[in-house]
Amino acid sequence: MEERKLTCIVCPMGCQLNVTLNGNTISRVTGNGCKRGSAYAREECTAPRRVLTTTVPVAGGAFPLVSVKTERTVPKEKIRQCMEEIHHIHASAPIRIGDVLLENVCDTNVHVVATRNVPAAGTKAESPKVRNEDRSESMQ
Amino acid sequence: MLNVDLAVIGGGPAGLAAALEARKNGIEKVLILERDKELGGILQQCIHNGFGLHYFGEELTGPEYAERFVEQVEEQGIPYKCDTMVLHLSRDRTITAINRTDGLMKIKAKAVVLAMGCRERTRGALNIPGSRPAGIYTAGTAQRFVNMDGYLPGRKVVILGSGDIGLIMARRLTLEGAEVRMVCELLPYSGGLNRNIVQCLEDYQIPLKLSHTVTNIFGKERLEGVTVAQVDSSRQPIRETEEYVPCDTLLLSVGLIPENELSREAGVPLDRLTSGPIVKETMETCVEGIFACGNVVHVHDLVDFVTRESITAGRCAAEYIRKQKDAGSVPGEDRKTGGSAQDQNKDVAAEAGCQSDGIQTVASDGIKYVVPQYAGRGEHPEGLKLFFRVDGIYRNVRIAVQCDDHEIYSVRKRKVAPGEMETLTLKPELLGDLNTCSELRVELVSQDK
Amino acid sequence: MVYDAAVIGAGVTGAFIARELSRYQLNVCLLEKEEDVAMGTTKANSAIVHAGYDAKHGTLKSLLNVRGNALMEQVTRELGVPFKRIGSLVLAFNEEDRSVLEQLYQNGIQNKVPGLRLLNAKETVAMEPNVSHRVVGSLYAPTAGITCPYELALGAVENAVQNGVDLKRDCRVLDIRKEKSMEKGQENFVLTTEQGEIRASYVVNAAGVYGEIVSEMVQERSFTIHPRKGEYLLLDKSQGNLVHSVIFQTPTKMGKGVLVTPTVDGNLLTGPTSLDVSEKDDVGTTAEGLEKVRKEAGKSVPELPFRDVITSFVGLRATPDTGDFIIEASGTVKGFLNVVGIESPGLTAAPAIGEYAVDLLKKEGLPLVPRGDFQSVRKPIVRFREQTDEEKQRLIRENPLYGNVICRCETITEGEIVDSIRRPAGARSLDGVKRRTRAGMGRCQGGFCTPRVAAILARELRIPEEKVTKKGKGSELLVEKRGSSC
Repeated sequence: MEERKLTCIVCPMGCQLNVTLNGNTISRVTGNGCKRGSAYAREECTAPRRVLTTTVPVAGGAFPLVSVKTERTVPKEKIRQCMEEIHHIHASAPIRIGDVLLENVCDTNVHVVATRNVPAAGTKAESPKVRNEDRSESMQ
Repeated sequence: MLNVDLAVIGGGPAGLAAALEARKNGIEKVLILERDKELGGILQQCIHNGFGLHYFGEELTGPEYAERFVEQVEEQGIPYKCDTMVLHLSRDRTITAINRTDGLMKIKAKAVVLAMGCRERTRGALNIPGSRPAGIYTAGTAQRFVNMDGYLPGRKVVILGSGDIGLIMARRLTLEGAEVRMVCELLPYSGGLNRNIVQCLEDYQIPLKLSHTVTNIFGKERLEGVTVAQVDSSRQPIRETEEYVPCDTLLLSVGLIPENELSREAGVPLDRLTSGPIVKETMETCVEGIFACGNVVHVHDLVDFVTRESITAGRCAAEYIRKQKDAGSVPGEDRKTGGSAQDQNKDVAAEAGCQSDGIQTVASDGIKYVVPQYAGRGEHPEGLKLFFRVDGIYRNVRIAVQCDDHEIYSVRKRKVAPGEMETLTLKPELLGDLNTCSELRVELVSQDK
Repeated sequence: MVYDAAVIGAGVTGAFIARELSRYQLNVCLLEKEEDVAMGTTKANSAIVHAGYDAKHGTLKSLLNVRGNALMEQVTRELGVPFKRIGSLVLAFNEEDRSVLEQLYQNGIQNKVPGLRLLNAKETVAMEPNVSHRVVGSLYAPTAGITCPYELALGAVENAVQNGVDLKRDCRVLDIRKEKSMEKGQENFVLTTEQGEIRASYVVNAAGVYGEIVSEMVQERSFTIHPRKGEYLLLDKSQGNLVHSVIFQTPTKMGKGVLVTPTVDGNLLTGPTSLDVSEKDDVGTTAEGLEKVRKEAGKSVPELPFRDVITSFVGLRATPDTGDFIIEASGTVKGFLNVVGIESPGLTAAPAIGEYAVDLLKKEGLPLVPRGDFQSVRKPIVRFREQTDEEKQRLIRENPLYGNVICRCETITEGEIVDSIRRPAGARSLDGVKRRTRAGMGRCQGGFCTPRVAAILARELRIPEEKVTKKGKGSELLVEKRGSSC
């Protein structure tokens, strides 16, 4: 029997949950104000998962980095390992949001995808970032 | 002179949503002015997830949330200028702006949306004594170094303030190989979201020291350490608890301040409680034709609410422009407030105008501020939405709205905290009496007896 | 080679001595131990151009104060440095204060300070409505003013460099000895520095709080210099109009009191405290000191809005045990000149000290032959924000970098920042850029522009961004470039 304390993050209440664990099964959750708290506690205690977000350097891009995320949650204990693998990604511009930059990171069956666009350096899409609808309005 | 219907100052989430909504409401000539090299604002450096749960019903990262709006701006062909700094805004809605390619521009707008966002409070504002070495950054500056430029600002980090950016940066720096020694919070509770305390601190065993502050800073060239002490109930450090913590970096996450230099120049009256413009429920400020939305009005904790508020601003700005056109009035010939008034008290006069047009909302017991500060006396077909923050942590309370001394609304809350913005909607049928009421007071009523 | 003269210390004193020497056909070097000029006492003080009623009649201080004050208009015009003659008031709160004011007035008359007047309470409040209404009278000095101390020093150094002076920064002097000169058949000094040996016929010690250390390299100790710490608070520009002149308190046995003044940039400054310290680099603010400033300043201006404080800082005054400036040739070592103990009113006196010191060098035998091509005017960095719309337009057309605002709070453009780095004695660090352009000095205190200025410094100095410093070696802003694998 093991007792664990958690802060529920389902809503702003922040209930302090007491979870009684029997090996890998949960025998009791107390302190939760609603059902959702109990569900949260169950997942958090048995198989906590997180989305990992970080950045990857880009060669030849209008920006030096592209922000990335794991497409879905990965096991919490694999976060460090995933960071390690992601650090070895070599990305080149152009990159579109949603592009898969690394498949199946750390055998999690989850891809690492770009969360922003990075146009190639010096392309029209890069600069100047000005869109003028009607220049005739301008009387320089 | 460039003439536009709507000029939006700031291309972050607030400005983008307002511009799009104005276009949806039939305004053709919209122009977004953005000081950074791309649209999206501060969201571009907020690479973590957790955005969009309320608005899109899914969890997005900051850049993804921004991209949804940027994409629409592109599709709609809304003009924008990046790398463009607005130097001046006058009361008659003439904007002076510069960039490298256009030089100095004068832009005349029928309506303006202020969407400049906010900036971080600094060490100076806190008056932390000690030396002035390298290695002291606001959390947002560090975030930019790491997430946009790809540099690690330090290896051993103490974070002062448990605002959300500070918590997010605690995790981010840890993942990038730095050691985050602790997060100190002056107050007995955190100013950040619960979810961030769990996922950014507890996940990485980073201690959160509540009722603690940094009392001194050491190091000549680069930061070498800080002293941290517990504070008493009046927030004064308790000397005996002082502890030296070696570190090369101190991050400050001690609050955000709406950035209203331009608003001030235009004579827009500001609310001392929010540090943002006083607005009506249309998000119009007390200066006719100048609207405001997002963090420039009051600091939000969720971008989703910024979006909603900005949609209101965009829609109402569009409506204002249409009405002006219908009335055939010449843009800029501001009938009520006049042109470039030199009058020192012009913002006082403007607020008086606001007052005569609407009912004031008042933050009463336990409430820090209420936005909007004024509600029109006319119809509210969609009800009246109030945003507010409480001034401390309360459990088992009732939030009540009083129309003079008559309670028109009440809701029970098991817990409220300053870190989480609260909102309530007064249904149209509740608002029938508004014409007879001189103020709407929001207050907390304790339920514990 | 053997320099004709080496000036040790590029604070405002050394800067004006170097500039004065650059008028003549001389090889001069200016040696600074820090990575930039104006890093000691010059960097952090009250920025006041004193009228001259305070220094005791007959002292060097009084002579050079009044002379320096009179020179200030011309000097600041030539060097393109802000200077405003806003006048000063010394407030009296009781009869005892008032009798001190009477003495100050008499002393000022003796010092030939123009325009001094004793005001009654009503006149004082009429002039400065926000001062405490407990005031019973004041001493008004119309010739007092404000400037920017490090800009004044920078202007003088740049102008000296323009006129051929060799500025060497990061060049601490470790030892000084004499040797027989090969070239000139006479003795000269050998200065052992962090950048090797430097030879000079004459040496001027303008090393500020380190003055006694440098002096002891060549002669027995004849004076001591104590660092005296003063803490200040700087308030937001929205408060710059609270007072319009320099507001002093009547000096008492307890000290000179705390002043409240607008700055040339429109902020409001208050301080200093006064505390003798043992370390010559003790520039940390203290909770007690800042609290004292708040309390004392409130006596002069009760409504000071301390929630608008944007930063606090410490200045160290080089306080001599003699009570007066020490500007004299060494009695024992020919060719060595001490210019030390330059505490208040040193900033005001600096241009006059330059003249006086060079005159002493002449008496020591340094031949002064004027140069035909001396340039007295230094072109300051164009302040974009202060230009008219037409000027702004022209600047951007000529150089698009002026169209890129880097510091939002102060509206400082990339054009100004690049200029501050490329000009003579240019900036090499974040703080260097900040002092020259004000980038990072506004409300957000660099929160927004720090990464951007760092990137420009890296580009201009052709160094990796992680080598960019806040204020010289050891103060690198960043520790590592991440993921540099590609």
